[in-house]
Amino acid sequence: MDPTASAGFNVQQIREDFPLLSREVRPGVPLAYLDSAATSQKPTVVIDAMDRYYREMNANIHRGIHKLAEEATLAYENARERIADFIHAPSPEELIFTRNTTESINLVANSWGRAFLKAGDMILLSEMEHHSNLVPWQILATHLSLRLEFIPVTPQGLLDQDAFQDFLEQEPKLLALTHMSNVLGTINPLEDMLAKAKSAGAVTLVDGAQSVPHFPVDISTLQADFYAFSAHKMVGPTGIGILYGRRELLEEMPPFLGGGEMIKKVELRSFKSNDLPYKFEAGTPAIAEAIGFGAAVDYLSRISMAEVEKQERILTGYALERLSGIPNLHVLGPGIEEKGGVVSFYLDGIHAHDVAQILDSEGIAVRAGHHCAQPLHTKFNLPATSRASLYFYNTPEEIDRLVEGIYKAKSIFD
Amino acid sequence: MEDFYRELIIERYKTPHYQGVLDPNDISYEDDNPACGDHIQIDIRLDENGVVTEALFSGEGCAISQASADLLVESIIGKNTEEIKALGKEDVLDNLGIELGPVRLKCALLPLKVLKAGIYGLGDQKAED
Repeated sequence: MDPTASAGFNVQQIREDFPLLSREVRPGVPLAYLDSAATSQKPTVVIDAMDRYYREMNANIHRGIHKLAEEATLAYENARERIADFIHAPSPEELIFTRNTTESINLVANSWGRAFLKAGDMILLSEMEHHSNLVPWQILATHLSLRLEFIPVTPQGLLDQDAFQDFLEQEPKLLALTHMSNVLGTINPLEDMLAKAKSAGAVTLVDGAQSVPHFPVDISTLQADFYAFSAHKMVGPTGIGILYGRRELLEEMPPFLGGGEMIKKVELRSFKSNDLPYKFEAGTPAIAEAIGFGAAVDYLSRISMAEVEKQERILTGYALERLSGIPNLHVLGPGIEEKGGVVSFYLDGIHAHDVAQILDSEGIAVRAGHHCAQPLHTKFNLPATSRASLYFYNTPEEIDRLVEGIYKAKSIFD
Repeated sequence: MEDFYRELIIERYKTPHYQGVLDPNDISYEDDNPACGDHIQIDIRLDENGVVTEALFSGEGCAISQASADLLVESIIGKNTEEIKALGKEDVLDNLGIELGPVRLKCALLPLKVLKAGIYGLGDQKAED
């Protein structure tokens, strides 16, 4: 029996929404796409929404009073509203369109960080951060002589909560944490951690690149001051992301990039910033991509994020069970209770790149490397790992093919 | 694909012939491939005429990078620095006997990059391909 079968969810029907999933990698070799943590595939409704914008209403937004400009502006702003609803944000003005999670975090570092941090202030991060939630703070720390501290990761792949408590007593100005690790799959207990950080007086930022695509995220119950995520990991297009920011903070912050749209009034030697969210959206934005992002959250809402989470839990459990039966294979990170659909592993005696190469010859797409989390690999003394990452459109058969592929790699190297 | 992991590559990966460090040495250089974490160090001893008398590599990485390093180090023993400067991408691929796509090519060429940087005495500067 198909272990993912559940009432109302038909994975074969879902897969038909994603044209790319039915392609062959090479003649006679079907694709098993297990790299959605890097980027997800896109359903026809998203591709069509962007296509329709270019065919029927392409015009620059917020300027021009002609009909096309009006339709394009409406479509763009409507997308912002639907994305705000999707994460239960208090208002769409608190959502800023950026290029991606990385740009969202850089915006906060450059705008809020430069305005409100001073020499000696502490930024608290963790050892499991993606480079995008690490390097912007390193750059800022160098400029402003800030202190960076890191919540350690335990051997089980969880954040060390005792160490976190100790750091809070040192009054960090900012806590910037990933909601879900892109390597370990660990889902961090943010509700509790953010509440504690707020009580300690810290501003909080969440890297939600791996969380918003995979389970329901409710901004209104999380005490996040900033929350960043990307469209392309949640069935939307590349080149568009969101920075959610609490209104009071966004209003106090200086602009990030200067240019058109972000201004209310410009003189030769001065300008007055526009209202939220336009203050942070300088220049012509990725209009088609924003509209595609809107279509993506509509698509996910129709399935329901609760269902997405449920399907992924079933698949992840199945993947962990199958992989744990392979001799000399080690899975990173916590057990299913604290883990999302990211299964990173290594094999004794076979480098991750060689595993990925052999899997590719079987049509199985996984990621190999340090997954933009080099310090975490250094900590666990691993040069590189292979990562199979799952989404609701994956099937148990694809996991079976992964397991067969791993056995093939073992037969070549053993 | 079967060609890709031909016996020679697997054998040199599992039991390299020229793995280790030379201390003292005349030339020692190391570098990483940041995309995948491959790391290669090459140590060389030269005679008074600038001919390689001993060479060893150390580091970690995929089968392609490690086998490529082992075969490259083997090929330079007895060569002088001018001959080594003339080595190119084709020599590395000839050693390995396979065709490689752009991503894996970086794995195969890392040892050559390290070797040339060491020979040219470039220190931290970026080596020419």
